[in-house]
Amino acid sequence: MIFLSSPHQHSGNSIQLTMFSVIIALIPAAMVSVYLYGWLAVFLLTTCIGMSLLTEYVVLRMMKRDTARLWDGSAALTGLFLALVLPAAVPWWIAVFAAVFAILLGKQLYGGLGYNLFNPALAARVVLLISFPLYMTSWLIPMHMGAMLDMYDFSSSLSFFFLGPDAVKQTWDAITMATPLGYVKTELTQGVTVGEALANYQYSTLNAFIGREAGSLGEGSALALLMGGIWLMARHTISWHIPVSYLLTVAVFAGIFNLINPDVYAPPLFHLLAGGLILCAFFMATDPVSSPSSGIGKIVFGVGCGVLTWVIRTYGNYPEGAMFAVILMNCITPLIDYYIRPRVYGYKRGKQA
Amino acid sequence: MFKLFDMLKGLGEQLHLKPQHSFTGGVHPQEMKKTAGLPSMTCPLPKQIILPMKQHIGDACEPMVKVGDYVLRGQQIAKSQGYLSVPVHASTSGTVTKIEDHVIAHPSGLGLPCIFIEPDGKDEADESLYPLPNYRSIDPVELRERVRSAGLAGLGGAAFPTFIKLVLDQQYKIETVVLNGIECEPWLTNDHQLMLEKAHEIVTGMDILMHMVDSNQGIIAIEDNKMDTVDVMQRTLVDMGLDASIRIEVLPTKYPQGGEKQLIQVLTGKEVPAGRLPIHIGILSQNVGTTKAIYDAVCLGEALTERMITVSGDALPQPTNMRVRLGTPVAWLLEQCGLSDADGIKVLHGGPMMGDILTDMRIPVVKASNGILAMRVVTLMLAHHQEDPCIRCGDCGDVCPAGLMPNLLAMHCKEEQFEKAEDYNLFDCIECGACSYVCPSHIPLVHYFRFGKGQVAQIRREKSFAEESRQRSEIRDARIAQELA
Amino acid sequence: MHVFYAILIFAGLALLIGVVLALASRYFHVEGDPLSDNIDALLPQTQCGQCGYPGCRPYANAVASQEAEVNQCVPGGERTMLEIADIMGVEPKDIEEEESVPVVAYIREDECIGCTLCIKACPVDCIIGAPKQYHTIIADQCTGCTLCLEPCPVDCIEMVEVPELLEHWSWPVPGTLRAQVAEKRRAVHHEANHEEENV
Repeated sequence: MIFLSSPHQHSGNSIQLTMFSVIIALIPAAMVSVYLYGWLAVFLLTTCIGMSLLTEYVVLRMMKRDTARLWDGSAALTGLFLALVLPAAVPWWIAVFAAVFAILLGKQLYGGLGYNLFNPALAARVVLLISFPLYMTSWLIPMHMGAMLDMYDFSSSLSFFFLGPDAVKQTWDAITMATPLGYVKTELTQGVTVGEALANYQYSTLNAFIGREAGSLGEGSALALLMGGIWLMARHTISWHIPVSYLLTVAVFAGIFNLINPDVYAPPLFHLLAGGLILCAFFMATDPVSSPSSGIGKIVFGVGCGVLTWVIRTYGNYPEGAMFAVILMNCITPLIDYYIRPRVYGYKRGKQA
Repeated sequence: MFKLFDMLKGLGEQLHLKPQHSFTGGVHPQEMKKTAGLPSMTCPLPKQIILPMKQHIGDACEPMVKVGDYVLRGQQIAKSQGYLSVPVHASTSGTVTKIEDHVIAHPSGLGLPCIFIEPDGKDEADESLYPLPNYRSIDPVELRERVRSAGLAGLGGAAFPTFIKLVLDQQYKIETVVLNGIECEPWLTNDHQLMLEKAHEIVTGMDILMHMVDSNQGIIAIEDNKMDTVDVMQRTLVDMGLDASIRIEVLPTKYPQGGEKQLIQVLTGKEVPAGRLPIHIGILSQNVGTTKAIYDAVCLGEALTERMITVSGDALPQPTNMRVRLGTPVAWLLEQCGLSDADGIKVLHGGPMMGDILTDMRIPVVKASNGILAMRVVTLMLAHHQEDPCIRCGDCGDVCPAGLMPNLLAMHCKEEQFEKAEDYNLFDCIECGACSYVCPSHIPLVHYFRFGKGQVAQIRREKSFAEESRQRSEIRDARIAQELA
Repeated sequence: MHVFYAILIFAGLALLIGVVLALASRYFHVEGDPLSDNIDALLPQTQCGQCGYPGCRPYANAVASQEAEVNQCVPGGERTMLEIADIMGVEPKDIEEEESVPVVAYIREDECIGCTLCIKACPVDCIIGAPKQYHTIIADQCTGCTLCLEPCPVDCIEMVEVPELLEHWSWPVPGTLRAQVAEKRRAVHHEANHEEENV
């Protein structure tokens, strides 16, 4: 008999359960991506998840760790995350590179699950954006918009995935379009007002909400993401602190500046629904490993993400800032955890008894 | 910003948006209270009674009897050494057969001096403590001495000497007497059953307490999973005409609400400041079992020789609540409940959240034993799954009633960075186990905290020993230098 | 010209800093050698001499003046080594740490001839006795240094295990060497208990 300390009862929670509930919560978003990009989405999803699992397995074998850890769900989740933040236009080798990078450099080199400083999928996404800007900023026209319907059948998708636009006898310009965020940003530099730009784009809030807009695979549909996110909150897999403080901060900032000058600053609802904000707020920023542990710390983290997102979107070079914001806040998570601690029973704030 | 939070909280309380206080964190473990509502049994006298010389927090006692002496039930057989100590009494009449080390209910599996008594079956009582039924007219000082000499220690599980809590110092005026009938540990129902069966005694005990500390406000705290006791207690209060000064608070079930600090926070909204005791904020809290024992000691003149114990567990054929003489071996107790074969079974002393695994079946029950749970090893192993890496989910911090950050604390303990662990308030951990209970990685957090606390204590001991040695060595060096000169 | 200014500025700076340093060393002067004091405070004060120095203080002085390595204190073990390495600002070194059970010296009094040699050897004055009288060891003060074994002409001193006290017991960290050792001790303790039972 070894020394076993109390408690001798357990809630039954496990890493596997946590990871798989997040995966389940992302299924609606994955389904929307298939609706938007057809077989291409399927190829991307399977490639990313498969390569993540394979990389994880190889690394575990090489480091002589227990390969049963493969099934804790974290590698599969990273793969799924990764696919959902990639544009549909990326070829197979970028997907493979991204998955290997995410698992190998983003996670295992830090010491494996629990030790990574950044969310592995986001880290890989940011590296890709800097390394392959053409692929990472080309957004395919979604299937329902009708233009390129013949591109999304099985065989065309397959050849596009492996050989690029030449294989389907198209040019990049013919099959891609701008995201709302990108379009507004470009138009603003031309001196067009936000309102006019949105009208030109034929932007509709409803379309943005249910996800009928161009963008990364999984970031489009606020509806699908909210369904998953709220289910996770109800299950207590994620806490409300980060999503609520994150979204609220973006809304407040966007709202104030929109009131000051609606011609230059986009309205809050547009900010909330555009780009990867909801995906980041509910699924990326809440990654337990790379976000603070305490409730107050999480709120600080969420507010920081919100401010950075809005600042990068408004003043930065890139149209989308949510992922950079989360990565930047990941860096200071250890600091937040060190300086912002919950108040201990029997002490006043600031630690005196 | 924090001030803003506190302001909002204060505002909410003023507007009665939150009628009841709560403590931070907490969990809802599966209750498993199989024995709830079952009438209690009396455990037959065992063939041998083993009474450890230390059944309370504090200093061990010294035996007052010799081998071969005949002792009576309730006769004092060991006297306290030091202030933080209460005497030990024989729990039945019989002959002292030996006085030697015997393994006791302690996680180390180490032993302590114990007095062994062979019962003669007559169960003759010692009558040196006379009953004091008119306690209202007796000086609290005398009552306090009675509580001490009857050997009372907290029967809720911590076994803190009861008389010490009954401070009669005017400096700290006790305003509220709290009766802790929470019993938040899963499986345990001994307090529940005691409240059903001994409501009159418990309320009288509480009245004694209120007389002693000169308080006229009493609160009986009961969780809403024991509504039957609420009726019984309320009727008793009305019958005894005490319903004006004592009120019953029904609290939503949550673990560890029965922790003294947590209960006080829930009932009054006040926190016991760190390093202080409830009396410093004018509160005295006692467990229902202790209160009943106070009644026995004062009104009946009986020393503490038996207690109610929940004997249960998923490996036990006939779980029940039993009135057991202190010193009864656990094996005997389990035999009475139909357990014959102990293969594949581990016995827990206390509840599953804070109790310890017993290392030996010959261990006797003591004042702190509120439950004896025979659990299948397979069930226990589910809770003691292999440790996975921490994914920093923060669930442990969310459920911590002390407001700690258990994941970081455990990491520092594991890495033996004890100074950092102390900086993260290691010693404010109450070891309730809520963090380990929810940890998805099955990290034995409480185990790490206990390890850390033990190591810090050991380092302190070693440092002070080294300091003494250094002084002696220096004196010796100086003396030798003088001799040479 | 510029070169001249540059030289002038640097000379001025050097002078200023020199004066500040001189003043600082004068006003913040500390008596004694704080480094060796600090190291001495970390040592277990067994005065056993296993480090090759005649006691803890000499070893602390030697480490402070960088004559000795930081890993020579055997009773202090890894923890002490790490602490010393920390305040010396050097890399920690390997240390041979056997999980040792604390021991104290015990004199078999009926064999003692009262020669007082062990009393003279004890570095912490914890042996009492007089010429031609039995000597005895104050177990609570014995550091277990074994320095008294050597001088005893009749070999009547032995080292005995300090019984583990319930109050001083501490939880071993899950799944480590220390846990295994603790487990072994408990098993031994149990066996002893059972034997008593059988006798």
